[in-house]
Amino acid sequence: MSRIGVFICHCGINIAATVDVERVAEEAGRMPGVAFATHYKYMCSDPGQSLIRQAIAEHGLDGVVVVACSPAMHERTFRQAVAAAGLNPYRCEMANIREQCSWVHQHEREEATAKAVDIVRTMVEKVKRDEELVPLRLPIVRRAMVVGGGIAGMEAALNIADAGYPVVLVEREDRLGGKMARLSSTYLNFEAAPGLLEEKIRQVLEHSNIQVLFNARVTKLEGYVGNFAVTVEMSEGPRTEEVGAVVVATGWDPYPLERLPEYGGGQIPDVVDGLTFEEMLRTGLQRPSDGRVPQEVVFVQCAGSRDPEHGVSYCSKVCCMYVAKQAMMYKERVPGGQAYVFYIDIRSGGKGYDEFVQRAMEEYDVLYLRGKVSKIFRRGDRVVVWGSDTLVGRPLELEADLVVLATAMLPSREALALAQTLHIQADQYGFYSEAHPKLRPVESLTAGVFLAGVGQGPKDIPETVAQAAAAAAKVIQLFAQDAMVQEPTVAYVIEDLCSACGACVAVCPYGAREIHPVRPIATVNPALCQTCGACVVACPNKASRIHNWEPVQVLAMADVVI
Amino acid sequence: MRTTISVAKLRSQFVRDVEEISGEDLLACNQCGKCSAGCPVAAAMDMLPSQVIRMAQLGMTEVLQSRTIWICASCLTCVARCPKGVDLPRLMEALREISLRSGASEIDLDRLPPDLVRELPQLAIVGGFRKYIK
Ligand SMILES: Cc1cc2nc3c(=O)[nH]c(=O)nc-3n(C[C@H](O)[C@H](O)[C@H](O)COP(=O)(O)OP(=O)(O)OC[C@H]3O[C@@H](n4cnc5c(N)ncnc54)[C@H](O)[C@@H]3O)c2cc1C
Ligand code: SF4
Ligand code: SF4
Ligand code: SF4
Ligand code: SF4
Repeated sequence: MSRIGVFICHCGINIAATVDVERVAEEAGRMPGVAFATHYKYMCSDPGQSLIRQAIAEHGLDGVVVVACSPAMHERTFRQAVAAAGLNPYRCEMANIREQCSWVHQHEREEATAKAVDIVRTMVEKVKRDEELVPLRLPIVRRAMVVGGGIAGMEAALNIADAGYPVVLVEREDRLGGKMARLSSTYLNFEAAPGLLEEKIRQVLEHSNIQVLFNARVTKLEGYVGNFAVTVEMSEGPRTEEVGAVVVATGWDPYPLERLPEYGGGQIPDVVDGLTFEEMLRTGLQRPSDGRVPQEVVFVQCAGSRDPEHGVSYCSKVCCMYVAKQAMMYKERVPGGQAYVFYIDIRSGGKGYDEFVQRAMEEYDVLYLRGKVSKIFRRGDRVVVWGSDTLVGRPLELEADLVVLATAMLPSREALALAQTLHIQADQYGFYSEAHPKLRPVESLTAGVFLAGVGQGPKDIPETVAQAAAAAAKVIQLFAQDAMVQEPTVAYVIEDLCSACGACVAVCPYGAREIHPVRPIATVNPALCQTCGACVVACPNKASRIHNWEPVQVLAMADVVI
Repeated sequence: MRTTISVAKLRSQFVRDVEEISGEDLLACNQCGKCSAGCPVAAAMDMLPSQVIRMAQLGMTEVLQSRTIWICASCLTCVARCPKGVDLPRLMEALREISLRSGASEIDLDRLPPDLVRELPQLAIVGGFRKYIK
């Protein structure tokens, strides 16, 4: 006979105001196999947990049901508590009478109490048949791959390498640095980008823990967190790299000018994009058409951005800042020149950022005009801009020598394909999706694959560096464990029943199933199994099972309530 | 008609005069609109106070035709509130001055109704001389 303990929580008034906890305890005490039942204000509190531990010792309990909130909330808490009292943690289950009972039946005390009793009944039956399980320990390959050698990828690689772990950095081009290599200088202090970058590139190339693969592309990812096998395609042919974690840092591509026909994009030589103007600032500021130094320059912000009808709906985040930078640098080079900026609104969030834009206005007399430009065309050797100033409410016309379009940042053109290869999600534009927008901003939904840089969303260099360092910290955190600890409540196969039909292989959404290469059975890779149960349903032979969700358990649970 | 914007207009004599007479840096104003939001007589104006400074920034001499520069009571509410320390009534004064120097007086003393003159406080009449008469 089992000796189960049942511990009913009031959750303050969350449960007790609706469910008659005293009655649940009484009823539970009478259930077959239950040796002890009680209730308490907050089971998860220290006194609540020690109450459970004491009861295990005093009453010689061999199983525990905590009747409280969702297991997502506190299963781990209570399993640790019973383990401390010497019980196998998998002999402890939670019966959820909060989310699934008191919260949804607030005005039905009688019915809610009866339902709570039934929920307890089922979980008591389950615990009686729970096996003692041991968490799985899987080895970790302590070597990382970084995809993309821009500032994001280099920063992530350096951080991981400095922590003592080898890194293989995969770059599609024949050089490192990404787009930053094309910038003139950077805000806020006008520090020359090439100088900043050269130092980083040197550190990467000279680091004994970093191996760089140039002209390389990732074409396949197999395995799971801690044990990936990545296929990299190179001119010499494919090679396979064994790594434990992957950081994706593939950055961005500029918005094609041709997609802005109303701005003369791709047609008027003196209409250029921001990246081209960065290069002009480095090489001498001659306009493309005739090599003259422009005396009047118009900057058009949000070109392609914030335009769901014609371009992309998002804000590219860095252009307000780099336009102010470029306008100031232009004025430094051409003191008699005039810079104009058309904007919808100025987004300069960040320490010292708004002051920087104000400086452009006040110290460099850059004229900001509020309104999105509607049309740009040629008149003689000049470029005419039609905009408006919504502040005075007038349509404007401006003749300039050069127009700079602050075009949208698009995710790397290969991002969507790469996301598929790496089994990670991306949004409609191709920016990789983070696991949680607030609390897990550098993880993808695939364990062991992390995100850094503009590939995840538009951001500037300081933000990119911060995110890359965070992604590296996640990798280091993973590598610092002595093994991957995994819940043992995963699927397994009863070999004698399995006919190797492969039904489970086809339905498993996580690729955890395979037919054994030699023997006529299906196998489960426990590291990949997410306990979804699809294989259990699919198997015609009842050979596919999940530990502690055995058919006998489920049937016994059903039996006591129907 | 489209308003043209050009270096010639931005750096015109008009803009220089406004800055010199008022002693204000026009581009210090970032067009937040707070002056217009708090001006007690804005409802009676044909153009918001912030639009007056905007037109001056753009070198638009049409601003001299605005009634706003005459309606401004120099109450200094906007000065107290402006986040950028712009003294708007000084700018209004500069615009009135430029307007008076180049044109006619805003009020004709002879045509003021005698009843009104009798009732007006002396201070108002003296103030009016300063503000509206060439
Ligand atoms: C005109 C302009 C001016 C700017 N000025 C500033 C500034 O002054 N200050 C500032 O902070 N920010 C500035 N920025 C923003 C800055 O450029 C970005 O923050 C920075 O480039 C982001 O770096 P990244 O490594 O994420 O991406 P990237 O620089 O795009 O690097 C990505 C790398 O990944 C590689 N790659 C892509 N796909 C693959 C693949 N499938 N396999 C292998 N490798 C791949 C690419 O070749 C590239 O080397 C500016 C942006 C623009 C457009
Ligand atoms: S950062 Fe500024 S210019 Fe760029 S899209 Fe956003 S608002 Fe427009
Ligand atoms: S579905 Fe069942 S019988 Fe078929 S391979 Fe999978 S475990 Fe074996
Ligand atoms: S409050 Fe000052 S900064 Fe704001 S619009 Fe008026 S004058 Fe300009
Ligand atoms: S000083 Fe003139 S513009 Fe400023 S609040 Fe007073 S009336 Fe309005």
